[in-house]
Amino acid sequence: KGSLRNQKWFSYCIAMKTLFWNLNITKNAPVAEIHDLFCKKLQQCCVLFDFLDCVADLKGKEIKRAALNELVESVATSRGVLIEPLYPEAIKMISVNIFRTLPPSENPEFDPEEDEPALEASWPHLQLVYELFLRFLESPDFQPSLAKRYVDQKFVLQLLELFDSEDPREREYLKTILHRVYGKLLGLRAYIRKQINNIFLRFIYETERFNGVAELLEILGSIINGFALPLKSEHKQFLVRVLIPLHTAKSLSIFHAQLAYCVVQFMEKDATVTEHIIRGLLRYWPKTCTQKEVMFLGEIEEILDVIEPSQFIRVQEPLFKQIAACISSPHFQVAERALYFWNNEYILSLIEENCQVILPLVFGTLYRVSKEHWNQTIISLIYNVLKTFMEMNSKLFDDLTSSYKVEKQKLLPKKWSLHTRIKLLDERSSNIIEINIYKKTKNNNNNIKWIGDIKRELKSL
Amino acid sequence: VASSSWQDQPPGAMAGADSDDSLYPIAVLIDELRNEDVQLRLNSIKKLSTIALALGVERTRTELLPFLTDTIYDEDEVLLALAEQLGNFTMLVGGPEYVHCLLPPLESLATVEETVVRDKAVESLRKISHEHSPVDLEVHFEPLVKRLASGDWFTSRTSACGLFSVCYPRVSSTVKAEIRQHFRTLCSDDTPMVRRAAASKLGEFAKVLELEYVKSDIISLFTALASDEQDSVRLLAVEAGVSIATLLPQEDLEALVMPTLRQAAEDKSWRVRYMVADKFSDLQKAVGPEITKNDLVPAFQNLLKDCEAEVRAAAANKVKEFCENLPEDSRETIIMTHILPCVKELVSDTNQHVKSALASVIMGLSTILGKDNTIEHLLPLFLAQLKDECPEVRLNIISNLDCVNEVIGIRQLSQSLLPAIVELAEDAKWRVRLAIIEYMPLLAGQLGVEFFDEKLNSLCMAWLVDHVYAIREAATCNLMKLVEKFGAEWAQNTIVPKVLGMANDPNYLHRMTTLFCINALSEVCGQEITTKHMLPVVFKMSNDQVANVRFNVAKSLQKIGPVLDSNCLQTEVKPVLEKLASDQDMDVKYFAQEAISVLSLA
Repeated sequence: KGSLRNQKWFSYCIAMKTLFWNLNITKNAPVAEIHDLFCKKLQQCCVLFDFLDCVADLKGKEIKRAALNELVESVATSRGVLIEPLYPEAIKMISVNIFRTLPPSENPEFDPEEDEPALEASWPHLQLVYELFLRFLESPDFQPSLAKRYVDQKFVLQLLELFDSEDPREREYLKTILHRVYGKLLGLRAYIRKQINNIFLRFIYETERFNGVAELLEILGSIINGFALPLKSEHKQFLVRVLIPLHTAKSLSIFHAQLAYCVVQFMEKDATVTEHIIRGLLRYWPKTCTQKEVMFLGEIEEILDVIEPSQFIRVQEPLFKQIAACISSPHFQVAERALYFWNNEYILSLIEENCQVILPLVFGTLYRVSKEHWNQTIISLIYNVLKTFMEMNSKLFDDLTSSYKVEKQKLLPKKWSLHTRIKLLDERSSNIIEINIYKKTKNNNNNIKWIGDIKRELKSL
Repeated sequence: VASSSWQDQPPGAMAGADSDDSLYPIAVLIDELRNEDVQLRLNSIKKLSTIALALGVERTRTELLPFLTDTIYDEDEVLLALAEQLGNFTMLVGGPEYVHCLLPPLESLATVEETVVRDKAVESLRKISHEHSPVDLEVHFEPLVKRLASGDWFTSRTSACGLFSVCYPRVSSTVKAEIRQHFRTLCSDDTPMVRRAAASKLGEFAKVLELEYVKSDIISLFTALASDEQDSVRLLAVEAGVSIATLLPQEDLEALVMPTLRQAAEDKSWRVRYMVADKFSDLQKAVGPEITKNDLVPAFQNLLKDCEAEVRAAAANKVKEFCENLPEDSRETIIMTHILPCVKELVSDTNQHVKSALASVIMGLSTILGKDNTIEHLLPLFLAQLKDECPEVRLNIISNLDCVNEVIGIRQLSQSLLPAIVELAEDAKWRVRLAIIEYMPLLAGQLGVEFFDEKLNSLCMAWLVDHVYAIREAATCNLMKLVEKFGAEWAQNTIVPKVLGMANDPNYLHRMTTLFCINALSEVCGQEITTKHMLPVVFKMSNDQVANVRFNVAKSLQKIGPVLDSNCLQTEVKPVLEKLASDQDMDVKYFAQEAISVLSLA
């Protein structure tokens, strides 16, 4: 219905104004005339065409395309075109063309990694509208003080919703445009950050679907870069409550590079967030998805690359427990990725400085995996790591080796039957009961009764 | 680690534990609450009630709960289990009198990031809210709701949304006014997540409010949420609108909710229109016959003609229900003049989901329209859909044949039905073949044994040699159902000979199918046919050169053993199984021995 009305209106336009459609905006024309023409062209570009029907109204489509081209050209090349009255007209034309409810995905299980994205049918026009918008924002004539009346919060919100477009070409334009808007319209900055926050939170906790996460993160990467020091609590909150939880997303691989970049940016800004980051990543460490585990390890390496030694000490214990767990992963890519850390000179220097703490954490794993792993590459990598440790601190290494062997000897008879195991458990519990009696008799004699119960219970096993 | 004394002591008797638990002393459970391994912590949390029982109510209140509240920073999985457990803890802390002790840990859980945990915490809070006395509700529960509602981070505010309706009915009017105020505030919260939560609870909250407040408060909130800047909020308001409409007297509907609902049906976002289509039957019931006639019929027509396929499909799904619930006096006219023309267009829709949604309900119209209309208007549509290029559409028609059968008899369709069935039966996608097999017994019942023998029997036999195992398996099961319908005699004459004939097939997979069929058929065919016809074939196959066939013989004998008489078991089956038990193949031996022991032939 709507498009029919448009078509009619458009026929009317053609009939009435063919003349000026064909008029070129020439540099030599009087300025007032150019403005008038520009304005009329903007108004006419508000007509929308049905691109799902690819043969409908070809002439009209071509005319609009040419007009848009001309507008782009003129904004890009001539100075003095963008006068105040044109702002509302330009923003209106842009809004009418780009703001639309994105259609449902053709493929409900759309997997951005596997499937071809659905491309926007109206791209021949849409691209030019985006191009015009971008030129408009980048023009030396552009005046933020005028634009902010039209590019307002509502406008930005709709712009952000478009980032969900499946069409990567559209998202690419949106990314550059939003970046310019953020750069030039200072009053919108906080609002844009807040809305991006909301999009991410919705993505993480509600829908798990949003096509533009990578693009938004890319913008954020440069925004974080510009944060003032000390970091505001709003920004820290964003890191801890949004960026870190983003790691839990199923589709992490699509935006992981951008996400890791943002995280590292935060660390470079303010080293005190390091512990939050590492503990956060450890908290969300993938349990079953090895592909994600490799990504996490990659991010950890990026982080360790820039970590301050004082911060490293604060996280080394939980971190290297996790790394040890990765080394013993039966998936060789995970083990391999973790072992590659020892090829990194800076990380190696950190390990060396803290050898007393780290070596005992990983030694058992290294020793065991070197004997058990199915993959030859892993075994030789481990061999190298062990060798490095030996060179680092041979005394500690020897101590650990001998105590490991002793431990292993002790472990040998532990292949208990279920029966004996429960008996041992008995002994352990009885021991506790002894302590229990000692402590409890001081406070409450009644407890003796239930200690008896426990003993009965253990006997019945 | 908290320093409460119970942690380093084993607690007392383990009441109420089953035999499995007795291998798992309480001390270990408590120890494992602090274990590094998540799985162990999880196990322990899942047995939290056992721990609490052992500790007794007082120590649960004074030691266990504070400990749990302190250690709330854990893996989401553990927190989820904890949130669930605490909802059933009332008796374990000493009954309703003490139930408020559970609020602090649940309050923390209701603020965590992970939605699943938060929702579970809210669910548990709702549960235990009923166990609070009115006084406790005001002293303990309501303040918690207020704290959550004014929390800094959006998580606590979203959780609060789900708690208003459970405490509202049982508090004083002053507190009620406060609750309404809090709800209002959350409906215009800055964060869309909170507005979504509020919108989704709006209907439920309206239900517990006094009518005057529904009119004064709820309507304005509904109108605001239904025109929110985000479509994800607007679409949730639709559902609330339906609930609100059921609460209002008929004369207020037009003025208070209809303008907003009309606007929703024409919303610029397809998600909102989809929601309207999806809730259409509920909406219809809520607004009553007059508004249905005047407003909903044109709205429904628009949804059936929507430009987004998603919306059309949702509306198509509701065609039958909508027509069924039309006021009786004008039902037929409305359907014939307004709905049917749209339906006709949908039959040739460009989107297969739309067509298949329609096909799943369209047959239902025949009972509403009666024989003559069905033959004249619907039959051509059924026939068109039976020839649709998309197998799902055809399947949906076939799976709903019973409705038509009642009205005009299936014979009217059988001419077109047969080619459609044959085509589906030979579809390249095995899932399609599988689906049509599942309708075979139903079709057979409706078409009668003659038609079946003549036209469909050969299909059923062909499936037995399909190259996909799932199809052969389904075909076997299908035979059993057919025999249940047509009787043992029919089986003996038509299918048993064919099944047994396959025992000589050169392909061992087909020979095995014979055995699988025998497994399925022996019981429905009865002792005589089994002993006389099937058993000899099974015995013969015990000499098969393929071990898989031989061990399946053993399995079959085990399976059909109960159908046979004991004499036959002892004199005939036993020797064969004994022979198989000394087979050179390990698996054959194993299954033969298993059969011997199950049939007690040792």
